[in-house]
Amino acid sequence: MKIYVNNKETDVSENMKVNELAQQLQLPDKGIALAVNNQMIPRTEWSNTTLKAESHVIIIKAACGG
Amino acid sequence: MEKLIIAGKEFNSRLFLGTGKFNSNELMEQAILASETEMVTVAMKRIELGDKEDDMLKHIQHPNIQLLPNTSGVRDAEEAVFAAQMAREAFGTNWLKLEIHPDPRYLLPDSVETLKATEKLVKMGFVVLPYCQADPTLCRQLEEAGAATVMPLAAPIGTNKGLQTKDFIRIIIEQANVPVVVDAGIGAPSHAAEAMEMGASACLVNTAIAVAGNPVEMAKAFKEAVIAGRRAYEAGLGSVGHTFEASASSPLTAFLNK
Repeated sequence: MKIYVNNKETDVSENMKVNELAQQLQLPDKGIALAVNNQMIPRTEWSNTTLKAESHVIIIKAACGG
Repeated sequence: MEKLIIAGKEFNSRLFLGTGKFNSNELMEQAILASETEMVTVAMKRIELGDKEDDMLKHIQHPNIQLLPNTSGVRDAEEAVFAAQMAREAFGTNWLKLEIHPDPRYLLPDSVETLKATEKLVKMGFVVLPYCQADPTLCRQLEEAGAATVMPLAAPIGTNKGLQTKDFIRIIIEQANVPVVVDAGIGAPSHAAEAMEMGASACLVNTAIAVAGNPVEMAKAFKEAVIAGRRAYEAGLGSVGHTFEASASSPLTAFLNK
């Protein structure tokens, strides 16, 4: 199915869990946060959260700023 | 000198540093260490997939440094709450520099949304340090809403114009029961020293250090200015004369017998 990761169209398998997406994308194990449809999902909940087609996933990390 | 305490946490340094605009992460880290700051801001950006670039976080994570994630980029209270949750998850801290400036030209904070967001975030357990207008009434309201500090601007972000809002900051300092951190617009160590002499609790500096000819030396200069200003405030400044007439500091009695 098709989802969007930081607005980029991404193909993932049906009913993929967030922790599986994190593996597929090789996300680092700290220093990031992830939201599905503008809802922040704590890392501890990733394996309990199933993605749906057209889900919008946002992943952020640290940046320089004042 | 008195220690700065914010939300029960003690700080030895009254200089906070922003991490934007440095030429490299290495230079930023050297400036941070030279400044002896114990509070450093960090922003957020969307991760670029497949981008293996170095993580800036490792350059600012030191045992004595409190990370202060900011909400730069949000336009209203709702977005700020979302950004705050993301920051807490990513950086493992509930401290937050709340900044809501929807206008990209002047980057001036939206007071109504900042107050709304502060009320919500405090209830959610965040330690909220709001970047705000130098508005004494607003600062009181932010304090009542539970803000851990108020952070009025000296001048618009990145302008290096110094204490343009000096008279209002003076009123804010007089009224505040939480630390007053002068944020934005401080362009030279003398500006920081003046803010500290006025009784500000701390200064947050970014551009003036990051874009200096030698950011590491400038970081040291700011460290010294903030210490000098605070020491002067605690020592009690002499009053300023109201006339142009001089007041002798040496005896005027003649000793040459002429």
